[in-house]
Amino acid sequence: MHLKVNDESLEVAVDAERTLLSVLRHELGLMGTKYGCGEGNCGACTVLIDGEATRSCITPVTSAGGREITTIEGLANGDELHPVQEAFVEHTAFQCAYCTSGFIMSSAALLDRNPSPSDAQIQSALSGHICRCGAYGRILKAVKSASGEGGAE
Amino acid sequence: MPEFDFAQPTSLNDALDLFAADGEVRALVGGTDIVDQLKTGRRNADMVVDVKRIPELQRLELTDDGLHIGAARNLTDIAEFPPVVSDYRGLADSSLLIGSWQIQNRAGLGGNVCNAAPSGDTIPALLSHDTVAVVASKSGTREIALSDFFAGPGQTVLQKGEILVELVLPLMQENSASSYLRFIPRNEMDIAVVGAGSFVQLNPSNNTVLKARIALASVAPTPVRARAAEEVLEGNALTDDLIEMAAVAAVESATPITDVRGSAEYRRELVKVLTRRTLGICRDRING
Amino acid sequence: MTTETTKGKYNVIGTRPIRHDGYDKVTGRAIYGADIKLPALLQGAVLRSPHAHARIKSIDTSAAKALPGVSAVITSADFPGAHDTLIDLGEGAINFRYASNNVMAGDKVLYKGHPVAAVAALDKNTALEAAALIKVDYEVLKPVSTVMEALKPGAPIVLEDLEGQDLGEKIDGQTNQANHIRHEFGDVEKGFAEADIVIEHEFDTAMVHQGYIEPHNATATWDEEGRVTIWTSTQGSFPTRRQTAGILRLPDSSVKVIPLEIGGGFGGKIPSYLEPVAAILSRETGRPVKLLMERTSVFESTGPTPGTWMSAKVGVKNDGTITAATADLRFDAGAYPGSPVGAGMMCVFSCYDIPNTRIDGYDVVVNKPKTAAYRAPGATQAAYAMETVVDEICQKLGMDPLEFRIKNAAKEGTRRADGPIHPIIGAVETHEAAKASDHWNTPLEKNGSDGKLRGRGVASGYWFNIGLKSAVTISVNEDGTVALTEGSTDIGGSRASIAMMAAEVLGIPAEEVRPHVADSEGIGYTDVTGGSRTTYATGYAAHDAAQDVVVQLRERAAKLWDVEVDEIEFANGSYQSKSDPELRLSHKELASKLGSTGGPVIGSASVDPEGAGGAYSTQICDIEIDPETGKTDVIRYTIVQDVGTAIHPSYVEGQMQGAVAQCIGWALNEEYFLNDDGAMVNSSFLDYRMPTSLDLPEIETIIVEVPNPGHPFGVRGVGEVPIVPGVATVANAIHDALGIRLRTTPMNAGSILAALKAKK
Repeated sequence: MHLKVNDESLEVAVDAERTLLSVLRHELGLMGTKYGCGEGNCGACTVLIDGEATRSCITPVTSAGGREITTIEGLANGDELHPVQEAFVEHTAFQCAYCTSGFIMSSAALLDRNPSPSDAQIQSALSGHICRCGAYGRILKAVKSASGEGGAE
Repeated sequence: MPEFDFAQPTSLNDALDLFAADGEVRALVGGTDIVDQLKTGRRNADMVVDVKRIPELQRLELTDDGLHIGAARNLTDIAEFPPVVSDYRGLADSSLLIGSWQIQNRAGLGGNVCNAAPSGDTIPALLSHDTVAVVASKSGTREIALSDFFAGPGQTVLQKGEILVELVLPLMQENSASSYLRFIPRNEMDIAVVGAGSFVQLNPSNNTVLKARIALASVAPTPVRARAAEEVLEGNALTDDLIEMAAVAAVESATPITDVRGSAEYRRELVKVLTRRTLGICRDRING
Repeated sequence: MTTETTKGKYNVIGTRPIRHDGYDKVTGRAIYGADIKLPALLQGAVLRSPHAHARIKSIDTSAAKALPGVSAVITSADFPGAHDTLIDLGEGAINFRYASNNVMAGDKVLYKGHPVAAVAALDKNTALEAAALIKVDYEVLKPVSTVMEALKPGAPIVLEDLEGQDLGEKIDGQTNQANHIRHEFGDVEKGFAEADIVIEHEFDTAMVHQGYIEPHNATATWDEEGRVTIWTSTQGSFPTRRQTAGILRLPDSSVKVIPLEIGGGFGGKIPSYLEPVAAILSRETGRPVKLLMERTSVFESTGPTPGTWMSAKVGVKNDGTITAATADLRFDAGAYPGSPVGAGMMCVFSCYDIPNTRIDGYDVVVNKPKTAAYRAPGATQAAYAMETVVDEICQKLGMDPLEFRIKNAAKEGTRRADGPIHPIIGAVETHEAAKASDHWNTPLEKNGSDGKLRGRGVASGYWFNIGLKSAVTISVNEDGTVALTEGSTDIGGSRASIAMMAAEVLGIPAEEVRPHVADSEGIGYTDVTGGSRTTYATGYAAHDAAQDVVVQLRERAAKLWDVEVDEIEFANGSYQSKSDPELRLSHKELASKLGSTGGPVIGSASVDPEGAGGAYSTQICDIEIDPETGKTDVIRYTIVQDVGTAIHPSYVEGQMQGAVAQCIGWALNEEYFLNDDGAMVNSSFLDYRMPTSLDLPEIETIIVEVPNPGHPFGVRGVGEVPIVPGVATVANAIHDALGIRLRTTPMNAGSILAALKAKK
């Protein structure tokens, strides 16, 4: 089937029952998207499909066919990181960082839709992600600063 | 996941051909429930049909005979549709509660209905609006009142070869409103311990209830109407006392179990609280 | 909240540089255990028991082996049978024989999820399909799930060969009581007789899980020479080597562990689960094999922290002086002995100076997964008992709870109830900082919105912290940067704090230190990242290794200038002659001359420091409860903690905030929910309810610095103590809101509503 991932058009031979997560990781070697639960509950596997934050672990690869898929590896604009990526580093918005790709993808999708979200809108958009290291407060600050609303720590 | 075939028809006729084929054929809307069920073996399939590209199943339109919502339309679109925002507010309430934003972007209303979970959040809201399900097969279409649509946990009355095309909610009358509330232990990510959807239509001249509908989630094998509570309300003035009586009566319709999400006793208590609160919200929205 | 912490004493310590692995972590470049790829890699799957307790009558693997694409199917018969040897993993000990049985069941399965067989195949689907074809004939046995049931006469016996101990005596016959130990000091009967008020209560807490988002994983090769290589996410490559070698009956030196990035552990990634299984699958196939755990198995089969039954009794005089205290802590160890009850005993009374104490601890086996360390293991449960009893005493006395704690606080020289004498500690300073906080001084409006009821709770906790062994090497590059090699896997930013300590000594910026976590053959023996020891002990080693570099650089400067070494002094990052101020080179300038003065300079250190120094945390929590549904929302939370010296304050605050997030979940919602067959039924993130961003307020942090004399920079461990008082803090807030004391966790909405109805 035909997949468009991070602006590259690819032909992959995969079975229909495969999840998008499995194909991204194992067929395409895009390891930045993580498995956390396989049930759509933790958010670690979040990617963008046509700009919408989507759980790749419960998305059949076939339903992503022909659509624009963006993973954490494709978020930067060339050498320039996405503002959310920069902000996560600046605000130390992670400890173990396993959930970070997912948080960043949802944050990027949010800012794309709503360039200056309120705290409540950010929290709501990210409430489907679990960070067990408990970095939520820092993540909120990072997203705010990436939106141009928050200052440095 | 176990192996299955996959199809992505773009017309209703093609889809109906696929659903008429032998074996277990499952519809995929958002995939948010079915993919997990297939992975864990809770459902099986010989073929999975992605129905999102069928125009009839993407319909979202207010006409003279009501609000038509295609079965594959995603919850975000529905919750943001102006007539839903202004009038079918119980449906908006419930659509915004299902899963996270990432899930709402994908999950379809028809998927939530056909998944037939006792806890399905949109179902009490739809039941409170006297929603009708429009079902198609190769032999034609038929309409089923949503209150007759569920056969058990995860089970609907759909026959082999039939698919849900759309849900039709009757036009809203003057002086009426709906609301939906659920209780979850956290503020996100949970399945309803109890959900309650209420609809009230008042006679503005004397504050009496012309029509009441109350439906409950997670208290029985299927979402259920709380008919005893509706009877308490209809024909009487909507006072705090009447709301309390209806809330108590709603418990009669609940036959909950004890599980990890809550004890039966706790759920009965929540039925009372949520029924009372949703009726209060309906009153506020009418008086709004 | 930004707190100035270091009072200008240091150049690097106390600043907040960007962490060295920061960009790898936001671009998806960082390689975690599951991301490793090897040529000819096979995928594995593990078949697990559906029963909580059953005898395995037979296992038929023939159909699985016959499936095309399957390379090997193994059971416990393929394991060598490990020796009965007890080893210390830093946070908790294991017996190799039990550890072997835990990774692959012998004649009995002891919990739902216990592995019974494993498969290696060309792809994951084939491996899963093959696992499903394995036929296991079980004789289902009655399970026992709680401590108190397990201790009853006639209870189902979990381990038939367990030799139980009671106060040093061997127990006759079969038992689930692995051990009963006691610490006794003074005369508790006399102490209670002197008291004006004596309060005693019993407590039950549910088993909870660490909840790291990254599931366990392991990839292994077993080569022709019998050497095993493991790629994995672990809290310690050396402890993983030790466990794997012990289970496989190989010398430690035959196993090499390559640690990859780790997606959370909190103690749960100290035990080995998949590593020995992957190694045996590789031995059988001659190819590398990768095993990835699924979420359900992480809950059902890996290290939770114990459920407990506890009692605590405290006596006080009317003036608020504690006269005596006793505690009985009974912890479920899971299926094999080794709960952290000993650590709970070390902490239960250690916030206080109490003249008469007795602490009993029971380690009890039950049909649940073997428990593992979880952030200050055992101390959180113990503090729940002690600190809620103390709260009740303060209420009875009409005494401010922080005043009470200050009055009775443990200080330098106080004897801890289990024996050791406290060195310089910061209990009083921590309570004082809490008392001075904005939170404590802002009155709480008791009636919230929509009829909700509000309450405020306060509690304190202690954790002893550990030292153990760490090694660090530092090699100086010609451009003046240094490469720092350490053995501590970096679970939450420790690369940065270790590098900062080396930078401080060398007089260079943190960014010019390049930290690297080596595999088990690239650095000297280093214990786990756990026990709050990494920044303490590995930081100690980094300090010493950097000092070693300074010694050698002074020698190079002496050689360069042809003067005695004693003539060279090192200050402010420069090497200079004492007698000739013209002879002066910065670290960077001197580094550029190493090639011509004898070649590269490498400093090294291996440490096993004794003075870890205990740490205290005092916490204040405001909650709001909906009295109609019983739902609790935490609306404000402040954590105060003595950290010794905050090396990188952002990471210190991060540890404090993260621990609070976990203990709020523990207090309100998290639990292992078992059905009547003893099987966990909520093994998903949907029903094992960890806090989301909407369930937590902004967590305010107040760093207190009472430098630890046992560390060159005064560091105390910071990762664990912040969880200790949390559950008690929330419980005390619930009491303040409702006038009800809940002595069972989780204190969820259903139990709060039931308690409210019972009160009416």
